[in-house]
Order: sequence, then C-alpha cells, then structure tokens
Amino acid sequence: MSTFRKMLSLFTTFFKIGLFTFGGGYAMIPLIEREAAEKHHWIEEDEILEIVALAESTPGPIAVNAATFIGCRQAGFLGAFAATFGVVLPSFSVLFLVSLVYDAFAEARAVRYAFFGIRACVVALILRSVIRMAKKCKKSLPAYLIAAGAFAVSVFTDLSAVLIVLAAAVTGLVLALAARKEAKS
Amino acid sequence: MIYLRLFLTFLEIGAFTFGGGYAMLPLIQQKLIENEWMSVEEIVNFIAISESTPGVFAVNCATYVGKTVGGVTGFWGGFFGAVCATVGVVLPSFVILLLVSRVYTKFRENFVVRSCMSGLKPAVIGLLAAAVLSIGKTVFFPSGVSLSVLAGLPFWLSLAVCALAFFGAEKKVHPIFLIAGGAAVGLVLGYAGLLPDLT
Repeated sequence: MSTFRKMLSLFTTFFKIGLFTFGGGYAMIPLIEREAAEKHHWIEEDEILEIVALAESTPGPIAVNAATFIGCRQAGFLGAFAATFGVVLPSFSVLFLVSLVYDAFAEARAVRYAFFGIRACVVALILRSVIRMAKKCKKSLPAYLIAAGAFAVSVFTDLSAVLIVLAAAVTGLVLALAARKEAKS
Repeated sequence: MIYLRLFLTFLEIGAFTFGGGYAMLPLIQQKLIENEWMSVEEIVNFIAISESTPGVFAVNCATYVGKTVGGVTGFWGGFFGAVCATVGVVLPSFVILLLVSRVYTKFRENFVVRSCMSGLKPAVIGLLAAAVLSIGKTVFFPSGVSLSVLAGLPFWLSLAVCALAFFGAEKKVHPIFLIAGGAAVGLVLGYAGLLPDLT
C-alpha cells in the first residue's frame, strides 16, 4: 500500500475513533482495540495493553498518544500526523460549533435550570472516575501517603499541580532506589 | 499576546499531565482559574458539555477555551485561539510519542521510568480527589460553605441528583444519558418553582 493510502486509512480510522467516543481517556480503548487490532491489524491483539501502559506513562491525552504511536509504526512521521490529525479533528470541530451557540443559550432560564441538574451529575461522574482509578492503583503504604500528600498540598496550598506531579515522580524514584539498595545488601 | 499565552498554557498542560481524561483536570482547572479564563462553575458546565460531545477531553477543553478567550476579537480570533490552544495541548504528546515509538520496549522496562510512574500514579489520584472537592464545593455550596445552606431545598436536591447519577454510573449507564437525565430533572425542578432564581 502506498504511503498516501496508508495515511488516508489512518486518518479515517482515527477520525472515527475520535467521533464515536464520549468521555475520552479509557473510553477510547475498546474502540482503538476493535479498529486498529481486529479490523486493520496495525497492532497485535495483546499489544493494546502495552500501548495503554505506554500512553499512560507518557504525558498528554491517551487517544493522541495512541494515535501518534500506531500511526508512526505504520507510516512514520506522516502516518503519525495523519492519525493524530484524525483523532483531534472531531473534538475540535464539534466543540468549536458548540461554543458558537453556547454563549447565546447560557443566559436562558431553561439552560440554567438544566445545568443545575447536570452539575450534580458531573460531580458523580468524576467522583466515580477517581474511585475507579484508585482501585486500579497499587495498594501500598507509600502509595497511600503520596496520594494523601498530593491531596493535602493541592487543597491547602497554591502550589502548581506540575510541581506536585514532579515531586511525586522523584519520590517514587527515591523509594525504588532505596528498595533496590536494601535488596542488594 | 493572548494567542501565545493560550499556546504556552496548553503546551504546559499537554506536557505535564499523565493518564489522560480526568487525570488532566487538576492542572487544566488550576491554569484556567489562574488566567481567569473560566470560573469553577463554568468549568463544571464545560465538563458536562465535554461529556456530551465526542472526542478527547483535553482537546475539547483546549478548543472551547481557545475559542472563548480568543473570541473576544470576533469569529476568526476565536478560531485562531482554538487552533493555538489545541496545537499546544497535542504537540508534547505527538513529539514524545514519535521519539518513544522508536525505542519503545526499552522505555517501558527502564527502571527510572517505572519507579517515577509508581510515584506519579497515586499523586494523580490525590490531585483528582482535591479537584472533586473544590468542584463539589461550588456545586453544593454555590454561595459559600455555611450551615444555612443545609436548611435550603436546592442543596438536598442536588445531593440527591448526584447520588442517583453515581448509582447510574455504577450500573454502567452511559454518561450522556446521565447528563440528559440530570438536565431533565433540573428543568422539571426549575419550572416547578423548587429552585431559587438562578440569576
């Protein structure tokens, strides 16, 4: 297949993935699995978990990470570009259109009433997502302490979330180094 | 220069958030409030919009904020703002994954990377919990935390809606239906005269 055909195929596939997943993040994984592994065989079935882990251990949105990675392996830089552009375009177009009409409606009484109910739902959705993430995380005393520390610093100080994340990464590294040294001696 | 600031702010968000989706929320929230681009209430409204529209949460956010902030100078200003913010949030992922896809197996087995991740994951959860707390505060206590709020009907109504939505999410009801249901409940309560005048 020529590079151009490959790019087109990557673009349309990831456009579809971007268009049909709501909620983002992990919600995209089943669709990526079906399209990229089962349908196009760009990746092996068991590679999907590795791609998720990779997408998680690198910064940025998971869908963009996965698109860039799969696109690059299929057709180099141009493939990565086609896939990433495809996955981003639906978000961009839809939100741009929504924001055009949102301003006009935001003042309406009905919209205010609707958002009273919607906001309560949003709290529930995020709360559930935290609980789900916490369940998946490793259960250990250092992990609990890091989570509690990040929570406390974020609530009680104005420290940037970037610094908190960096400090946590360093803490993880120091703990692992200490554990390794202890295991050796 | 507002466009440069949009680009750089979202570049920072893209470069320093791990895990995607709501894991990006704490930093996005902090940056939006710091720059006075959105209030907490607007952010909560926006999350609902983002949940009811397809696509990548961070890109949705970048497009919306870019359009709103850049849009004060008209349609094309809004479009350019949306492009700047979106390119900013995507660029770090794109560049890093291009590099990483060449050395991918080594990267995952790497001791330093693995150790850093073991510290990162719980911190993200702690940060997200803090974001839920601050969002919950504006949703349930819109006019500040005080005991008198507990005597008002709206507090208990929104708490009930929240509990119902949580239960629905546990039962794997699609977020769009939950949000549509929340909107319907809000409309019914509002026109039944049970909500305060939300002006």
